[in-house]
Amino acid sequence: MCAITSLSDNLNTPSPSAEIQVMNINWFQKQPQGNDEVSLTMNISADLQTLFTWNTKQLFIFVAAEYETPKNSLNQVSLWDAIIPSKEHAKFWIHTSNKYRFVDQGNNLRGKEFNLTLHWHVMPKTGKMFADKIVLTGYSFPEEYR
Amino acid sequence: MLRRNEAVNWAFAPLNLCIYLQIAIAKPEEEKQSEKETERGKEMGWIGDTVDSIKSIQIRQLLTQAVSLGMIVTSALIIWKALVCITGSESPVVVVLSGSMEPGFKRGDILFLHMSKDPIRSGEIVVFNVDGREIPIVHRVIKVHEREDSGEVDVLTKGDNNNGDDRLLYAQGQQWLHRHHIMGRAVGFLPYVGWVTIIMTEKPIIKYILIGALGLLVITSKD
Repeated sequence: MCAITSLSDNLNTPSPSAEIQVMNINWFQKQPQGNDEVSLTMNISADLQTLFTWNTKQLFIFVAAEYETPKNSLNQVSLWDAIIPSKEHAKFWIHTSNKYRFVDQGNNLRGKEFNLTLHWHVMPKTGKMFADKIVLTGYSFPEEYR
Repeated sequence: MLRRNEAVNWAFAPLNLCIYLQIAIAKPEEEKQSEKETERGKEMGWIGDTVDSIKSIQIRQLLTQAVSLGMIVTSALIIWKALVCITGSESPVVVVLSGSMEPGFKRGDILFLHMSKDPIRSGEIVVFNVDGREIPIVHRVIKVHEREDSGEVDVLTKGDNNNGDDRLLYAQGQQWLHRHHIMGRAVGFLPYVGWVTIIMTEKPIIKYILIGALGLLVITSKD
């Protein structure tokens, strides 16, 4: 039964959309232990209504910053997340600062480019869970601490 | 590969043994039955022989039922071992014990796990063991830092329903999880079904009642 409900989820062809603007870099400092940390405020808007099917219990969505450093080929830091319990809530706009601390392993962030990705994880009423994301590029840190 | 063959052999050997035993026990029983019928037509003098054959039939029935029970248990073992092999995870199914991932997962839900060599990425729901804790934890990855040179990875997790990340749950002085802590990814789920396991763990008397009832059923069944 589990497998059949999951199969019906596969028939759905979703068309989600999202936009993220970095409104402000609130502060950008190097911590005492030597790691860069930044606090920023974003406008996040998205329409994820087409992801909902009869078998969808909720969507877990989060925005993560992704960037590369000399030591790390990939860094993914989750900045904000939310649970969308129903289709009605899936079209939204929010103005928020980062929920989780944005800390680098090291002090590599000055002038660095990064991507902001909006991920969604579909949690079914029963069966297989699946996930996808939208990658938005073109963001960068300031050249200097502030 | 060697591990897989080993698991298969280990599970199938007792099943084969049970099947052979069942055939061996069943055949002589049929012959004894027909002998008993021909004897019935004879005089009281043969009572001693008939009593003996009844006794041996009872023993054979008991043995047959023991073997049937053995077959059920080994079949279950085979299915379990197969699941372990297929999903590549040490424990392919876990029961959710706490409310730290609500409303997505509630206490009593069952999670299906799968472990692949794919890199660990943020957003994935992983099951991990902390050194010194025996019960694994099922939470979501919120931070990933992957080393360029070694491919090793630092991972931070957090329960959806918790306010803070899991650093308080990790071992003393541990800031990050590594690949070897992670037992699998949650790929699917079934609600409520895990309550059976929770009840049997927290109220073991129910487990004994169930096993007793099952045993009784097997012994008294006409098969």
